[in-house]
Amino acid sequence: MERVPIIKIGQILYVSIQIDLQDDSVLQLQEDLADELVATRARGVIIDITAVEIVDSFIGRMLTMIGSMSRLFDAETVLVGMRPAVAITLTELGLTLGGVRTALNAEKGMRLLGSL
Amino acid sequence: MDELPIKTGDDVVRVRQQVRTVAAAGGLSLVDQTKLVTAASELARNALVHGGGGIAQVEVITSASGRPGVRVTFADTGPGIADLQQALTDGWTTGGGLGLGLSGARRLVDEFDLTSEPGAGTRVVVSKWRR
Repeated sequence: MERVPIIKIGQILYVSIQIDLQDDSVLQLQEDLADELVATRARGVIIDITAVEIVDSFIGRMLTMIGSMSRLFDAETVLVGMRPAVAITLTELGLTLGGVRTALNAEKGMRLLGSL
Repeated sequence: MDELPIKTGDDVVRVRQQVRTVAAAGGLSLVDQTKLVTAASELARNALVHGGGGIAQVEVITSASGRPGVRVTFADTGPGIADLQQALTDGWTTGGGLGLGLSGARRLVDEFDLTSEPGAGTRVVVSKWRR
């Protein structure tokens, strides 16, 4: 199983998903993020899915859960870089990703978190 | 035609990659490729989690009217589905998820055929036609 790296930039944890996600990798990312949020006291999380070709119901649910979990650590999550084809597919699948903020790209996500 | 095993999470990723390759070669648009790959991801996970593993087959096909498309077949020898109508309802889940896997996969494809026999396994065939 491949692991998704988490990079600390100021008060933000930046996660760029560059691998073909399998379920265990997403579960591992959730755990790693919880640990990092506690260790770094970061105030925000950016999950960059620019390179992600599909988001299915499991991955979508985990992204929503990461958003809810971060809030318990007093951090806001912004999902950035969703591809148009992924957005169209997610909508048709019936997944709304409620509770997670979104931005078009990492720069706008950073601005949303007030850190630029 | 190659049969792809679905025994691990990595196998699910390989099925997705194979569907993407064939869907692109079959001339599906980027959005239709993404929909088919997403549906395949749901169905491969179902075969793994609920069916105890299975196999997938991906092929380019031609309709009776000469329209090209891509067909993906999933088969497992798991416990099967007792109530098909219930299983295809949005929000119905036995796995603790959102209950969008099977019903969502059906929405993402042009043709969806599910046969299941309790105790004998489940077979799902999905197709997407080139526009």
